[in-house]
Amino acid sequence: MSGDGERSATAATGDGQIHVGLPVAEAAHISKRYGSTLALDDAGITVRAGETHALVGRNGAGKSTLVSILTGLQAPDTGEIRFSGVPAPRLSDRDAWRRHVACVYQKSTIIPELSVGENLLLNRYERSRSGLINWRALRHRAQELLTTWSVEVEAQTRAAELSVEQRQFVEIARALSFGARFIILDEPTAQLDAAAIARLFARMRDLQRQGVTFLFISHHLQEIYEICDMVTVFRDARHIVTAPVGDLPRGELIAAMTGEAGGLEAPRSRTALGGTAQVVLDVAALSTAGTFDDVTFQVRAGEIVGLAGSGGSGKTEVAETVIGLRTADSGTIAVAGHRPRPGDVGAALAAGVGFVPQDRHHQGLVSGMSVADNATLTIPQRIGSAGFLSTRRRDAVAATLIEDLAIKAPGPDLPVSGLSGGNQQKVVMARALANDPSLLVLITPTAGVDVRSKEFLLGKVEQVADSGTGVVIASDELDDLRLCDRVLVMFQGRIVADMPSGWRDHDVVAAMEGLTIDA
Amino acid sequence: MPEIMTTSDAPAKGPSAVAGPRRIAGKVALARLRDLALVPAVIIIAIVGQVINPVFLKPDNLINIGQTMSEMALLVLAQTIVLVAGKMDLSLESTFGLAPGVAAWLTVAVGAGHGLGLIPGGWAVPITLAVGALIGIANAALIVRFGLHGFIVTLGMLIVLRGLLTGISGGQTFFNLPESMMYLGTAVWFGIPASIWICLALFAAGIVLLGYTSFGRSLYAIGGNVDAAKAAGIRTDRVLWTALVGASVLAALGGLMLSGRLASVAASQGNGAIFTVFAAAVIGGVSLNGGKGTMFGAFTGILLLFMIQNVLTLAGVPAQWIGALNGAIILIALVVSRITGGKAQE
Repeated sequence: MSGDGERSATAATGDGQIHVGLPVAEAAHISKRYGSTLALDDAGITVRAGETHALVGRNGAGKSTLVSILTGLQAPDTGEIRFSGVPAPRLSDRDAWRRHVACVYQKSTIIPELSVGENLLLNRYERSRSGLINWRALRHRAQELLTTWSVEVEAQTRAAELSVEQRQFVEIARALSFGARFIILDEPTAQLDAAAIARLFARMRDLQRQGVTFLFISHHLQEIYEICDMVTVFRDARHIVTAPVGDLPRGELIAAMTGEAGGLEAPRSRTALGGTAQVVLDVAALSTAGTFDDVTFQVRAGEIVGLAGSGGSGKTEVAETVIGLRTADSGTIAVAGHRPRPGDVGAALAAGVGFVPQDRHHQGLVSGMSVADNATLTIPQRIGSAGFLSTRRRDAVAATLIEDLAIKAPGPDLPVSGLSGGNQQKVVMARALANDPSLLVLITPTAGVDVRSKEFLLGKVEQVADSGTGVVIASDELDDLRLCDRVLVMFQGRIVADMPSGWRDHDVVAAMEGLTIDA
Repeated sequence: MPEIMTTSDAPAKGPSAVAGPRRIAGKVALARLRDLALVPAVIIIAIVGQVINPVFLKPDNLINIGQTMSEMALLVLAQTIVLVAGKMDLSLESTFGLAPGVAAWLTVAVGAGHGLGLIPGGWAVPITLAVGALIGIANAALIVRFGLHGFIVTLGMLIVLRGLLTGISGGQTFFNLPESMMYLGTAVWFGIPASIWICLALFAAGIVLLGYTSFGRSLYAIGGNVDAAKAAGIRTDRVLWTALVGASVLAALGGLMLSGRLASVAASQGNGAIFTVFAAAVIGGVSLNGGKGTMFGAFTGILLLFMIQNVLTLAGVPAQWIGALNGAIILIALVVSRITGGKAQE
């Protein structure tokens, strides 16, 4: 860590609060217990000025708890937090905390109905002499802030109109405006497409040069190698290792996270299919104005087809049209020879489609309902008759699914809101598989899911395909696509490439970005 | 395909960057216009009214509309404050009756109805407002302090308060109110009833409160995203207490104005008013989910409803049919504002 002293020295010039050589933030011997669960067990982290520090761990490793303790939302049971060597302020002194640290959460802390400017300066209004809010001055100061941190958004824009990416930039600018030079990014890339991630990273490097320190939380190990200097691994509520990113190759990092050797890169040994299997999905000349245009492809039984593309490429919309969430302007969809009524999810389900929607919080789960209810939501006819449900049969079906998908839940009665992200996604997958589909449509099936659950889910997909189900995976995640027998790349609403298994990463990425491919 | 480029997250690269801010600026202007969405409707109703009966735009009739709506308008004002903060207060209509009812009960001399005559008449106004404040404190304690659901708490409160008024009045009407209670409902300032002045002044204050004070903006922040509001250092509990207590006091003041105008407090004063209040607020663009809507919008909402009622009366629609028409008009107004507002109202 010889380079750190030099870095923090340059950082210190930007902000008087940073003392040379002392870590920006230091958590030592932190323990935190919620009821019977030990969320953090004598864990700690040291973040030095000017570095970008990765915090990784599977769901439930204690990352979220550490973040809420580091940002002063909760007090640790034992242990101490220090900022630049000074003990952390009292929990009630929010202003003091905000001067030290800020966190951009996955869940937006922007108020959608208010303007960007008001969000930036919420509760810190510019006042005129009469004591009333001076909107013109407020807009002016907000615009200045946005310009200073080069966020290209108008201060009077309604916050609801911002994209996820812009929203994050605004939140970062707000954090910096409080004087904090240590920013925690909690899975910032989870909802971004590849181009937006690249812009976020460019912004992070830029801010790093201006003396800003980041704690970066992500499930995508690739991103950690790309942007971070140091990495800290948590597992089962404990601190496992902290090392420079370069000293910890991928395999070792995964081993540290999972507690066992082995990585995600295990070569897939899928047998290529002959062209004789039955066609389970036939999409012909599907078009919706402004979204996608003349999309035609087929999926055979037992085949896994990837639908790649960045956000806005139309891949999600095509997948949602297939499962009946949207209606296309023209074109046809046939599932196993039948044509379900367009725009009717029920008809698609009846035709034998199972699907995992894009956002599990939004469309995938009813968070207050139990695991059993969620898993069997699509198959009421199988667990009862004449409109009545048999709870006994429901629990039996659910128990099979829970076992089948290795969902870590004490029982089928637990509300899904109590599960970790990975297990929630498994419940969504269970629901998709509940009606024994002949076609499985998955939209970003591993978003916000830890490494082990991801591996498990993808393994499950492969297993399902081997049993003769056709699978469509709409994703821009290379790990998801690697599984596919072939990948269709969409760009600006059209399929621009059809790549058989064995493609190189950069070819697919280039095609998703609309660059010409050197075949 | 430029549409696709702009629907993606691309903030500022190439030609879309130039188009982006300008288009957003247009949307900002539109959002401000939404405040004025009901103004054309108000003008149209005024023209229709004038065509149906030339009395409509005569000063006497306009004052009549203003005076009959002024009391109800205070309830809308109160409800808007609560709704913007993401809560709701159904009990306002009972406060509207009970607060002046208690004042009358304590001050009206024995012998005339159920009055107790315990306290001199001069205390009637402070008592009314104090009863309003107490009800607000009870609501706030249950909703904010104990975290109960606002809808159910205030529904229970609505029934309890109505029952209390029926109890103290024996289901009858208080007459012979003291002078002080009559003043606001009967006084005329500069040729226009005091209640109209008060109503307009309070709405003007409401516009300033919601638009230009940190208290008002805190209401929007809490209604929009309570966690974000807390994270911004807003004392959300304190703001909600103030909003709920203030709303109840406003309802009590409205009740006082109506009692003064009618020179009586009926056991049913304000009964059923809350539905019109909600309808006016929603038509005026206030969201039942909180964080959205303006005081001016709410004012145009209640104004529109009362103008339509007046036009119906002038048109000679039989009184028995007014209720059905009122309901239908509320539904039509909602549909129209859904179409012009563009977004689903929830």
